[in-house]
Amino acid sequence: MESFVPFIVIMLGAATPLIFAAIGELVTEKSGVLNLGVEGMMLMGAVSAFAVSITTGSTTLGLLAAIGAGVLMALLFGLLTLTLLANQVACGLALTIFGIGLSSFIGKDYVGKPLDALPSMDLGWLSDIPVLGPVLFSQDLMVYAAIAVVAAVAWFLYHTRAGLVLRAVGESHHAAHAIGYPVIRIRYMAVAFGGAMAGLGGAYLSLAYTPMWVEHMTAGRGWIALALVVFATWRPFRVLLGAWLFGGVTILQLHAQGAGIAVPSQLMSMLPYIATIVVLVLISRDATRIRMNAPASIGKVFHPER
Amino acid sequence: MKTKTWTLTRRAALSLAAGAMALSAAATMPGGAAVAQDDPLKVGFVYVGPVGDHGWTYQHDKGRQAVVEKFGDAVKTTYVESVPEGADAERVINQLAQSGHDLIFTTSFGFMNPTVKVAKRYPDVMFEHATGYKRADNVSTYAGRFYEGRYPIGVMAGRLTESDTIGYIAPFPIPEVVRGINAFTKGLHSVNPDASVKIIYVNSWYDPGKEREAAETLVAQGADILVQHTDSAAPMQLAEEKGLIAFGQASDMSQFGPNAQATAIVDDWSDYYIDRVQAVMDGTWESQDTWGGLNSGMVQLSDFGPKVPEDVAKEATQIVKDIESGDLVIFEGPIKDNAGEVRIAEGEAASEEDLLSMDWYIEGIDAQLPKN
Repeated sequence: MESFVPFIVIMLGAATPLIFAAIGELVTEKSGVLNLGVEGMMLMGAVSAFAVSITTGSTTLGLLAAIGAGVLMALLFGLLTLTLLANQVACGLALTIFGIGLSSFIGKDYVGKPLDALPSMDLGWLSDIPVLGPVLFSQDLMVYAAIAVVAAVAWFLYHTRAGLVLRAVGESHHAAHAIGYPVIRIRYMAVAFGGAMAGLGGAYLSLAYTPMWVEHMTAGRGWIALALVVFATWRPFRVLLGAWLFGGVTILQLHAQGAGIAVPSQLMSMLPYIATIVVLVLISRDATRIRMNAPASIGKVFHPER
Repeated sequence: MKTKTWTLTRRAALSLAAGAMALSAAATMPGGAAVAQDDPLKVGFVYVGPVGDHGWTYQHDKGRQAVVEKFGDAVKTTYVESVPEGADAERVINQLAQSGHDLIFTTSFGFMNPTVKVAKRYPDVMFEHATGYKRADNVSTYAGRFYEGRYPIGVMAGRLTESDTIGYIAPFPIPEVVRGINAFTKGLHSVNPDASVKIIYVNSWYDPGKEREAAETLVAQGADILVQHTDSAAPMQLAEEKGLIAFGQASDMSQFGPNAQATAIVDDWSDYYIDRVQAVMDGTWESQDTWGGLNSGMVQLSDFGPKVPEDVAKEATQIVKDIESGDLVIFEGPIKDNAGEVRIAEGEAASEEDLLSMDWYIEGIDAQLPKN
């Protein structure tokens, strides 16, 4: 039990940027758009949040800047793929490469500058409860926010009319268009939400988790988030479980090493992807399960028929 | 030395290099190397990372700035940053040579083959390659004995730890890193044989998030002192946050841990770069292999932090002096590995060969080395 509590605490932190980025991408994909630019959007979020926070001294403004930067990147992607009908896979990859370069350029002057970390919540006596206190009541605000966002998205997608429309657009854009829904506009909104969440995921890294800016500090977390969406078979709460699982496996491996067990750390870096492939293989055996969750129009270009 | 992706910056770097070439080619064509007496000496630097990485490349660029400060108008320096290790490196080095640079420093292990290749084409240009082992008449190599700095910090950790547990965040199980762990542990056990070292490899030179997770894990396992061989300041920040002690890597990280940093192992290339530029000016430059330790100034300890008591600081300073003078040899036999096999016999010191290929933990490290 003694090492179990810090284990959970570290895991929650490690999972938070993944949860943000993955839940945003989930909404984007549910609308039928595949945006592979998550890594680039996260980096832009991270650098904007850091630059604005350190200049203005306000974390709130930093978070807003991260959302803004993520949305701008996502809208650029939307312009290319939704309005100009370019290939989504190619544009997504380009967005990542663009984000890596642009964030490095913007961040040049901010390398090596320290910033105070986001404070952890202190809920008085609640935080002092053994075991439950440190796990449930003494994280920083964004850890709770990430979980709240997942719940909100789950509610939105499956319990509101707008969510139903969004899913319909992702299933069959022609049918949705025929009924009269503005397919392109709905997809723009979904893509923008994906960008905002990716930006927040990046901001969590540069403001709370490791409060600093260094080039390419997301180090592949955007790709893990993409894998996570598939791993979760496009279900919001499974994203949460998946992120904790991926985070947990990483931390478990670090624990094993610290305890003197020789684990090849390279193998563990592969694990999220291996797990995703296994899940893909498993769900592919059962066609109905895929059909239920995977948006049927994902990645397809939409030409409205007149 | 480090492999990273710099996709966009590479392109920027290449076009910069091309631009620089076009400009200076007009001035110095034809020929290249032979420079008239009153022309400034042109010195080129090729970096693997951005000068703002606050680590490896940052320190090399400080060396370049020292050269500029020392020689003023007598030198003209050019640098190209974020050059990936591969085909682009050869192009960049070639452009520097072609545009009349007399001395070119290539500062990453992966630039070894491109440097040697270009050097063949330009026999009148002098090359200096960091951390490699291939030399030629116009190619020197140089590197720092960073492990020498790890022995005194081991001693300090042994004095400062209260939980007798040290957390060590390492990038990859390669000889350079293993040598550092062994030197650190020798220092640690020389004053505190009961202390144990817990080692975590994060499989990256540079991943702040993962370095933080590793550091948190080590702290959860009882470590009250953190040592890192990775490049980001994340472990230092965590130590500051938790009120622990940490040792910085590559450059002074005290701005990330004003209370936490006990000291940092700092790479300082200034003296070496100044010497080599001077040698070219004097016409005494020769191909050589330099592996500089504490006594060369290439490896230094930064100022001691607020949590280091007077006596510990004194002791560490004395040990640095002893290593500099040669009175203290870190890897002096008998040394056993942690399986009990004698690796360095009594009365012998580890040879360069032993050091460069070290792939075993010394006695007292209770862990297995992951095979690379």
